[in-house]
Amino acid sequence: MTDIVSLPPETGPSLDLRGKDMAVAGQWRLFWLKFKKHKVALVSLVVIIFMYLVAALADFIAPYDPNATNSRFTYAPPQVLSLLLDGSFQPHVDQLKMTLNTESMRREFTPDPTKPLPVSFFVPAQPYRLLGFIPMQTKLFGLANPKPGDSMYVFGADRLGRDIFSRVVHGAQVSLSIGLVGVFMSLILGVTIGGISGFFGGWVDLGIQRLIELLRSIPTIPLWMGFAAAIPVGWPPLRTYFVITLIVSLIGWTSLAREVRGKFLSLRGEDFVTAARLDGMSEIGIIFHHLVPSFISHIIATLTLAIPSMILAETALSFLGIGLQPPIISWGVLLQEAQNIRAVAQAPWLLFTPAAAIVISVLALNFLGDGLRDAADPYESVS
Amino acid sequence: MPPPDTNPFFRTVSFMLRYIVKRMVFAIPTLFAVSIVAFIIIQLPPGDYLTTLMADWASQGGAVEAGTVAAMRERYGLDQPIYFQYYKWIAGILMRGDFGISFELGKPVTELIWNRLGFSLLLSVLTLCFVWAIAIPIGILSAVRQYSISDYTATFLAFFFLAVPDFLMALSAMYIMSAWFGQSVGGLFSPDYVDAPWSFGKLLDFAQHVWLPVVVIGLGSLAALVRIMRANLLDELSKPYVTTARAKGMSELELLLRYPVRLALNPLISTLGWILPAVISGEIIVSVVMSLPTTGPLLLRALLAQDMYLAGSLILLISVLTIIGTLISDILLAITDPRIRLQ
Amino acid sequence: MSDTILQVRDLRTVFPTRTGLFKAVDGVSFDLKRGQTLCVVGESGSGKSVTARSILQIVDRPGRIESGSILLTRADGSITDLAKLDPRGRDIRSVRGKEIAMIFQEPMSSLSPVHRIGTQIGETLRIHFGTSKHEQRERVLELLRQVEIPRPESAIDRYTFEFSGGMRQRVMIAMALACNPSVLIADEPTTALDVTTQAEILDLIRKLQKSHGMAVLFITHDMGVVAEIADDVLVMYRGKVMETGPVEQIFHAPQDEYTRRLIGSVVKLEKKAEARTARAAIPAGTKPLLDVRNLSMTFPSGLKAVDDVSLTVRPGETLGIVGESGSGKTTMGRCLLRIYDPQAGSIDYRRPDGQTIDIRTADKASLQKVRREVRMIFQDPVGSLSPRKNVGQIIAEPLKLAGMRGRELDDRVAELMLQVGLEPSWRERYPHAFSGGQRQRIGIARAIAVNPRLIVADEATSALDVSLRSQMLDLMMKLQDELGLSYVFISHDMSVIRYMCDRVAVMYRGKIVETGDTDQVINAPAHDYTRALLSAIPHPDPRNRRMHNRFRYDASRAASANG
Repeated sequence: MTDIVSLPPETGPSLDLRGKDMAVAGQWRLFWLKFKKHKVALVSLVVIIFMYLVAALADFIAPYDPNATNSRFTYAPPQVLSLLLDGSFQPHVDQLKMTLNTESMRREFTPDPTKPLPVSFFVPAQPYRLLGFIPMQTKLFGLANPKPGDSMYVFGADRLGRDIFSRVVHGAQVSLSIGLVGVFMSLILGVTIGGISGFFGGWVDLGIQRLIELLRSIPTIPLWMGFAAAIPVGWPPLRTYFVITLIVSLIGWTSLAREVRGKFLSLRGEDFVTAARLDGMSEIGIIFHHLVPSFISHIIATLTLAIPSMILAETALSFLGIGLQPPIISWGVLLQEAQNIRAVAQAPWLLFTPAAAIVISVLALNFLGDGLRDAADPYESVS
Repeated sequence: MPPPDTNPFFRTVSFMLRYIVKRMVFAIPTLFAVSIVAFIIIQLPPGDYLTTLMADWASQGGAVEAGTVAAMRERYGLDQPIYFQYYKWIAGILMRGDFGISFELGKPVTELIWNRLGFSLLLSVLTLCFVWAIAIPIGILSAVRQYSISDYTATFLAFFFLAVPDFLMALSAMYIMSAWFGQSVGGLFSPDYVDAPWSFGKLLDFAQHVWLPVVVIGLGSLAALVRIMRANLLDELSKPYVTTARAKGMSELELLLRYPVRLALNPLISTLGWILPAVISGEIIVSVVMSLPTTGPLLLRALLAQDMYLAGSLILLISVLTIIGTLISDILLAITDPRIRLQ
Repeated sequence: MSDTILQVRDLRTVFPTRTGLFKAVDGVSFDLKRGQTLCVVGESGSGKSVTARSILQIVDRPGRIESGSILLTRADGSITDLAKLDPRGRDIRSVRGKEIAMIFQEPMSSLSPVHRIGTQIGETLRIHFGTSKHEQRERVLELLRQVEIPRPESAIDRYTFEFSGGMRQRVMIAMALACNPSVLIADEPTTALDVTTQAEILDLIRKLQKSHGMAVLFITHDMGVVAEIADDVLVMYRGKVMETGPVEQIFHAPQDEYTRRLIGSVVKLEKKAEARTARAAIPAGTKPLLDVRNLSMTFPSGLKAVDDVSLTVRPGETLGIVGESGSGKTTMGRCLLRIYDPQAGSIDYRRPDGQTIDIRTADKASLQKVRREVRMIFQDPVGSLSPRKNVGQIIAEPLKLAGMRGRELDDRVAELMLQVGLEPSWRERYPHAFSGGQRQRIGIARAIAVNPRLIVADEATSALDVSLRSQMLDLMMKLQDELGLSYVFISHDMSVIRYMCDRVAVMYRGKIVETGDTDQVINAPAHDYTRALLSAIPHPDPRNRRMHNRFRYDASRAASANG
């Protein structure tokens, strides 16, 4: 009972309305205006779009075939790509000089500044199909006229002399898409189960809530490990990929289901929903006209925040050797190479390049999700 | 509402007891469900475990006596329907503490796990203590000095550590320790102490080894907890009871600790329910990387070798420990928050 | 003693915002005398609450006192300027709670939920006198007795959520009294309470003020409360003092234009609306539009919210349902439209063709028909409009569902908007662009869109300011006359009931205790509860203070004492 005395002029509208057109601004306009204020999230959005673009155009961006080996360059260190030579724009890398360390019996590489290898953009390459259907014969960049013995390992090479940069770029396809596909599966599971729970209430709700509690109280890694280890080794890569995604989203749906259920329950009691019911709107109509528009923004935020945990789960499982297996390339598979500390000590780039890719994408997705969540309810200031 | 004139102490105790019994009863279906999940994992690999075992023996050139196989089939009820196998399995665990046999190592599972489970538990508890001891002060500072440099730093670091997977943290820590400090890291003891009986020296050696895994496992949860503590406290700081206490003439520091911080801790206790699973997950994967003598490496080895009784038992026990931890956190919450206890 | 204990001069408190400094308190001056009550009255946003908090320097961040003086005469006769003290310092802390104590609007959230009330009260003693635990307990028990909390020995170890609203406010008062302060600042202490509880709390404050010789600075928006308790009144508007003077002068000879308007809008609601005084009576024997018999509704929690309620609504009349919080009036209203499913009784609704439908048992199809003829207006103008639809869509929704489309629909929406006093050109705007009163008009337009015959209005004006309240009621009466509507008007506020209702039913704990013509119920209540309710309503006339001579209903006292 808040009966507060007021005299004209009436208490003003509930949102800060600078500019007349705000009065006719719908939910997505307000959402965007609020999101825009969150600068870190905005930058993260750009980063995320960039990373998914790289993943989509991996064949074009990666200079080498990610599976092409070169025994000559085992554990070759990263070569610095410099844009300037003698004060003019001439992108190049220094050629690697290989010496055999007779003491440790290891090959050692040193860059030779006197032998610059020119790098150019849009170089011709073996024919391939971009995105699987656009025939192309050009790569984004590469050595201008490669001769045997020349190399361009901007992120270094691995045990078999494969180009880490090309592998990380290709790995993005699997690692980033597992997040999306996993989230999509979680979405279906979460929305269906959460919606059922919130809509029917009562015993159904209680049962589902107990199930969710149960799933959340089991430590995820051993559970995932248990399921993932049961995947037969002989399965084709694509099937393994989908099963791993399914396993990972097995846990992810619970938070989504909770979110959906909570929104369902709180919205179901809102007066405007009651009003729609009294207007004669059917339950289905209410769900699609009132409930879904009200929580779609929250779902988007929750989904965004769920992607990074999926990416992390995949990397963890693959790293342990029970997730994706070579020849599939994912960031987790790349990290398998860096599993023992001796390999890392000898070639730290094996660890730190895929690691950086993981950390940057997860960080950006978290910031983005945080910003989306803050903006998810642009009417918050109303109450 | 209880009868109005009972002794308040008695009232509190009787409510607590009722609450604890209720929570324990609630935990039973959860435990049951967890056992089913573990059993499913045991059953997942194609073929039953005896086929695997026989294939294994056959590959080693050993002959399998028909009698042995039949006896084992009988013992584990392998020719019976699936629910009966479950019954056999769970009854063995509950009645005789029989978790089955690790065929890979050829020993009963019970012989293999308790020591490692103990270290896992110890490591998790140490990590939890570390996480809480650090997260609370940082969270308080971050909230009280909202939008200051320290707040921004804490926020950024929290996001960063949330983005680094545990195993990566472990590898990086090991790399840094070896590349910069020339120390090799791994295990919980130096070789001299591994099999030595407990002594002061061993304890010291343990402390020197254990801090790094504890930090590595804890950083992710620490970051999450700092964020939660900060958000909770910011919520509480704007509540009217803070103004009331200020209007009483209380000093700002006492006020902060006695009211908003005290209230902000309650939701933090309830986070134990998911911090604990996270810490145990982290412990398993970090232990693999740092080769610690805990359940992690054993579980991984069992899974890779499809040694399913061992793996299933480990998963079951780890989950049971987590559920017990969650139960404890529920009870702690009821002790600290009368609203939960009395309503 | 009538000497000044607190002298405030030219106080300015500001809040830095993005666009500059917001002056919440802008040059306020007043004197507070020993043993007297000064009421600060004003609408929300007038700065009255900030003024009170400025005195103790507990303004929420980032607000701060910019200039002015707050001179407090201490117990030893010295004078301290509180405005000059460091807000976090020791000096101001020795004043807070000891010499000037404060109580707040929301006793639930203003007390800690996890500390026992004895601890919270005793703490003040520890802070200021270092009183030992044992002595604290003795003193707290004494305080609890003073504020008339039953069974202090067990109450002292209870938590806030175990008390009712009125009891919690008593706890707050006990806390404030702990150190025998010379000034009590009460910031809307009864706003969140029902009128009968409010009357008791006001009684208690007055009694304690007399026995302790305190000066009271009482912040309120309710002119009735002002008239009942004030010695002097300070009228604030947008941070400035509009008028100050003895209560008699403010009510009967206001000098300032704003004060006059304020008093005028309050007095307007003190009698029946002019539009209703001369209305022809509904002929006897008219068949009722709605006939509710023995309606009962129990929630799954076991709470019996509606208990054997019977009432009738005749065509063209307004039936008021009045009751305090928890009386079940809202639940009852919602049962009428089957938003809740009542378990027993009947709700017979007579359709235009004379056929009656029992809403309680109606099937889906007939319920849908009835719901086009019986509509609802909601209390909360924010929650009842979807923020994601524009006004045109909101008003069009029931029409669309009734099958209207295209040009006809557009014209009808425009017509409705005009009818409730909204510009049709605003139809593209979203609810966030409207004020509370305008939103309520949108709600009314939606309700009348499908030409209903009966409207259930649940606290339709209680979220609105007093002047808007009468405007809204006038609009509803105009529509009633134009469209031949009947209303079931649910309210906790007797003045709005009196203003527009033909008949009134009084609800108490799920039952209707009395029904009758509004005039008759108000002037000659038959039931004791009605008498208690009516006599607890503060009367906005200082010449006719009657609240402390009010009639007390025993059952209600016993109920609130049980907490």
